[in-house]
Amino acid sequence: MTADYKKPLPYIHSETKAYWEGAKAHELLIRKCRTCNRHHFYPRDLCPSCFSSDVEWIKASGRGHIYSFTVCHRPAPSFEKDVPYNIALVELEEGVRMMSTIVECSNDDLKIGMAVEVVYDDVTPEITLPKFRPVSPPARERS
Amino acid sequence: MGALTRKAAIVGVGESDLGYTPDKTFLQLIAQATNRALDDAGLQKNDIDGLFSAGWLTMESIMIAEYLGIQPTYSDNTLSGGSAFEFHMEHAMAAISAGLCETALICYAETPLSDRKRGMARSFATGAPQEPEEQFEIPYGQWVPIPTYALAAQRHMYQYGTTSTQLAEIAVAARKWASLNPSATMRDPLTIDDVLASPMMSTPLRLRDCCLVSDGGGAVIVTTAERSKNLRKKPVWILGCGESHTHRSISGMPDLTVTPAKLSGERAFRMAGLAPSDIGLLELYDSFTITVLLQLEDLGFCPKGEGGRFVEGQRLAPGGQQPANTSGGGLSYLHTGMFGIFLLIEAARQLRGECGDRQVQPVKTALCNGIGGNLASSGTVILGVD
Repeated sequence: MTADYKKPLPYIHSETKAYWEGAKAHELLIRKCRTCNRHHFYPRDLCPSCFSSDVEWIKASGRGHIYSFTVCHRPAPSFEKDVPYNIALVELEEGVRMMSTIVECSNDDLKIGMAVEVVYDDVTPEITLPKFRPVSPPARERS
Repeated sequence: MGALTRKAAIVGVGESDLGYTPDKTFLQLIAQATNRALDDAGLQKNDIDGLFSAGWLTMESIMIAEYLGIQPTYSDNTLSGGSAFEFHMEHAMAAISAGLCETALICYAETPLSDRKRGMARSFATGAPQEPEEQFEIPYGQWVPIPTYALAAQRHMYQYGTTSTQLAEIAVAARKWASLNPSATMRDPLTIDDVLASPMMSTPLRLRDCCLVSDGGGAVIVTTAERSKNLRKKPVWILGCGESHTHRSISGMPDLTVTPAKLSGERAFRMAGLAPSDIGLLELYDSFTITVLLQLEDLGFCPKGEGGRFVEGQRLAPGGQQPANTSGGGLSYLHTGMFGIFLLIEAARQLRGECGDRQVQPVKTALCNGIGGNLASSGTVILGVD
């Protein structure tokens, strides 16, 4: 945790407050529709599949796999010192996809399909970013 | 065949000064391009009663109309990113067919190269804090557009075995066309090895997989079938159009290997009563090499997953079996941020036989496909000449 964190932080509003409060408590909360039973991401007050307003927050398992990733050699503003850094689309076990960063893994070892689990990066006293790490060490380091 | 096919035609096209234009605003460039398109058609500014434009400023099309001294009776500010002008073609065709306007001006300019040199660079996907991408993507270091397209390229490689060498074929073909186009920015020879040796931007996309950054603008005049027959140039018929968008953020893209060109292409082909095998010339949005490959698949020019093999052997290049992006495209001609208008201009000129060294012969039909945002929107326009 650092007080002088300079990277962009999410703007949190009522619709997404529970998600960010969950992250701060180290829980990954996502939305599930009670009408059609589908999950969705990012969180909305209505289900983008069936348009029902009967959507609940559920605690996701936090496990998933890398759907795609890229290693950025040119940075977003304020990420200059991190180059090269990765961003990934993680598909959660619940079927939804979210953007994140894979940590505790060399960029060279990233692979689509790699099993990952959520970890929580408390970047400021108020904001925690869910990130992911490989479930087991990458093959290269296993032997 | 759809009721709207051949109801309207492109009758005039023009570009502004292109490349690096630090002494001109986007409004000056739009006026230049419009003047040249009107001259191409043999029409006057006061003939325009429909205005279609897209830009990033608030109420930009209203600003453009004031600058040009136009008070349109039909106005459309649709902003779907680089595909906007293909969307505008469909909207103009519909409005003209319905009698809501007679002569439409589609126009646009941007100066991102000059803006960058002045330290005024801006990003199209971000800004307002309440945007979902600002909340759920930007904190992770996402920026637009190179990493988002790289995510799609990486997934395509994983699913279908597509290689960087195959993507490089697309950049090399574009450069060959650009070498035949005196207006193109990058005309020096480029090899596959050059592309593969260019700096990595965001894996797996390298510098030469990415489009240029340029200043410039264009204008297209569309009018009724009846009026088009008595103008300076032969009419370029609008045979079919289609448009769609499937997501906005790259996280929300249903399948990173399928673009909305699948939807827009199907609709355009149905309206035109044509199939991919009927198309002589392709003008595909080449913001990145992967963009071209995905469109070839989604528009039905090859099966899904076969795009890499399809572009091998310089199939898209001059003399290849499937000529595409004959201006040199966004990869080697220029790219102002929303390239879609230049696809329409090049296709119209090719269909009229005005393209000199890069003229494709014989060509009676062309397909333009614009892609906007994070592979988010697609507009397909099929054009033809008698």
